[in-house]
Amino acid sequence: MRFPRGADPFGQRIYSLCSKSFRKEELCKMSDFISANLPYLLAGISTGGQYALIAIGYTMVYGILRLINFAHGDVFMVAGLVMVYVSAAFGPYVAIPVVIISTMVLGFAIERVAYKPLRSAPRMSVMISAIGVSYLLQNCALYFTGGLPQVYPAIPFLAKSVTIFGATTKLVTLITPVLTIVLVVVLMLLINHTKMGMAMRAVSKDFETSQLMGIKINSVISTTFVIGCFLAAIGSLLYFSNYTSVIPTSGGMPGLKAFVAAVFGGIGSIPGAVIGAFIIGICENLMKGLGLTAFSDAFTFVLLIVILVVKPTGIFGEKATDKV
Amino acid sequence: MTNTLVKKNNTGKYIAIICLALVYILAILLDNFLPATSFTLMLIPVLQKGAIYALLCVSMNLLNGFTGLFSLGQAGFMLIGGYVYAAITIPAAQHDSVYQYFDSAIRFSIPEILSNVIGKGPGTIVGVIISLIIAGLIAALFAFLIGFPVLRLKSDYLAIATLGFAEIIRAVFQWEGLGAITNGSNQLRKYVTLSGMELNFGSFTLELGTLFLFVIVTVCVALVVLLINSSYGRALKAIRDDEIAAEAMGISLFKHKMISFIISSFFAGVGGALLAMFQTTIQANAFKSAMTYEILLMVVIGGIGSISGSCIASFLYIALSEWILRFLDEGSLFGLISVPFFRDGFRKVVFSVVIMIIVLFFSKGIMGDKEISFKGIGGLLTRLKNKKKKTAPAAEAVSEEGEANE
Repeated sequence: MRFPRGADPFGQRIYSLCSKSFRKEELCKMSDFISANLPYLLAGISTGGQYALIAIGYTMVYGILRLINFAHGDVFMVAGLVMVYVSAAFGPYVAIPVVIISTMVLGFAIERVAYKPLRSAPRMSVMISAIGVSYLLQNCALYFTGGLPQVYPAIPFLAKSVTIFGATTKLVTLITPVLTIVLVVVLMLLINHTKMGMAMRAVSKDFETSQLMGIKINSVISTTFVIGCFLAAIGSLLYFSNYTSVIPTSGGMPGLKAFVAAVFGGIGSIPGAVIGAFIIGICENLMKGLGLTAFSDAFTFVLLIVILVVKPTGIFGEKATDKV
Repeated sequence: MTNTLVKKNNTGKYIAIICLALVYILAILLDNFLPATSFTLMLIPVLQKGAIYALLCVSMNLLNGFTGLFSLGQAGFMLIGGYVYAAITIPAAQHDSVYQYFDSAIRFSIPEILSNVIGKGPGTIVGVIISLIIAGLIAALFAFLIGFPVLRLKSDYLAIATLGFAEIIRAVFQWEGLGAITNGSNQLRKYVTLSGMELNFGSFTLELGTLFLFVIVTVCVALVVLLINSSYGRALKAIRDDEIAAEAMGISLFKHKMISFIISSFFAGVGGALLAMFQTTIQANAFKSAMTYEILLMVVIGGIGSISGSCIASFLYIALSEWILRFLDEGSLFGLISVPFFRDGFRKVVFSVVIMIIVLFFSKGIMGDKEISFKGIGGLLTRLKNKKKKTAPAAEAVSEEGEANE
């Protein structure tokens, strides 16, 4: 756990203030609860932002190809490992652009090699191919790391400690939500106001018709993957800054959770994915705050099943109709 | 005409029985009479694990290949089966040493109770069979409960929901609140394993571990084959090919999907229990989604929708990954030339590249959706006999262990 529960001067000060002048038990209890859980809330918002960056990759790919890109979480992990190796050789500031570019290249390559040949195959084959890529990336990571956890380098400006309302935390916790929102706004502008964005929207609406209208499907799909991987690379820089090390399977869980977030918000919808990711990140960390750490992962999936049963299209999803 | 048909059928049956008998005899020989060389020491576990994975692949194939339900919950049901089996077969006296931090809730062991009634050897074997069935039934019960919300979902949503359930099950089994049964996140051990399968004849002990495993797997796979060839099986295939058309033909989608899901989970539970027997210890944390992926990839290699393909692929996969390709991890080619990049994990990289090649370029796998039928082999033999007036016993030698599980 990242934030110890004890020693929060803010809570104590409010409590003493309350008990002296206001004598309102209720207020004291509430502020006590908030200040005790503030670190978890902050961590939740931060994790939520990181999940959001991954979830956008899932939701965009699903919107266009109707494919759960199981390899996306592993791309995220590979970005973490590249950071470890490059920054060991050249220092963190050189490593950041290298990580971003190499992750984008990896996403492009995966799409071209593993998904493009299966464009006309049944959906199940493409999904199996995605699982195969995920298996390949994990095994390659296992081979290169020798199975040892790789210590993630501290990026100086992200790892700086700050104190906010008495809760000490890394700067990355505060930067993440801001950066996430900025990136999402830029992405939305890109999608709504550029030619490429228009093509993407058209392809996700109707694959075949847009092809007939002269849209170059392959370049649109590649762009989608590259954007998704760019965001995943940023997400990995932020996410792993909070953890000490990267292992070959560390992409799996965040990947799955980000996917759940995408489903939660309505798959195919970017604002939905972002909101879903924040909700999941906050809930997960509050669960930890309540001492139910063992169930914080399981809770995400309970949420998934509830949303799938109650409203399968998610919060912002469009109703899909099947034509017979 | 009818005469030849009957004749063909019989030849097929005889070949199947002979192959099966040969495999069973081999299993007894391996366990008891053959000297323990490095070869047999590798062969036995590979055959055992291969057989277990064959069952798991077949159970997954029933869902993915024959019903068209893309389910990724296999690891969860295996986990339930394995844990139930372990919990009800730990000898009563061992409970305190296994459940170190908890007060064990189950204070009986089915094999032990039966041993007291009908003698140690047969009692243990019958008790283990009963425990395996209970393990499967409980996994099936969970499948029944999970099926209600999940089976209404379509393809990829179903995949992710079942995957989610497997993760939930894994978390729940590691929860300390259930420690009295699951031992929290600690492993369960000291239950009846494959080496506990033995019969005493005076001073001579007959080890039956491998044989027992093969018989169970054969029976289970045979049951699945019978199901697939029944009217239910045809309904399942109809659902796979076109849900809407199947529904229009009067097939109840939910009922048939549920049947398939429950039966598949039953066998996954039995498979998980067998895996627990094979491993001698079991821990919930090992049943990650990667395990499901591995089984799925075996199914793909064998051919989605082919039972014999699944069996062949699982034996092949286990033999290659556990045994034949070991040299890739050990730094030298056949112990002669040392290759610098052959080190730990290289085998898996090679493996996953091969899998990707199969997925991309040979998406039908080894068998596609065809089956090796003994009837077909029998027919081939009869034709050869008629042609050359010679017997062709060589064809028997060609068929592998994998087929014998049919």
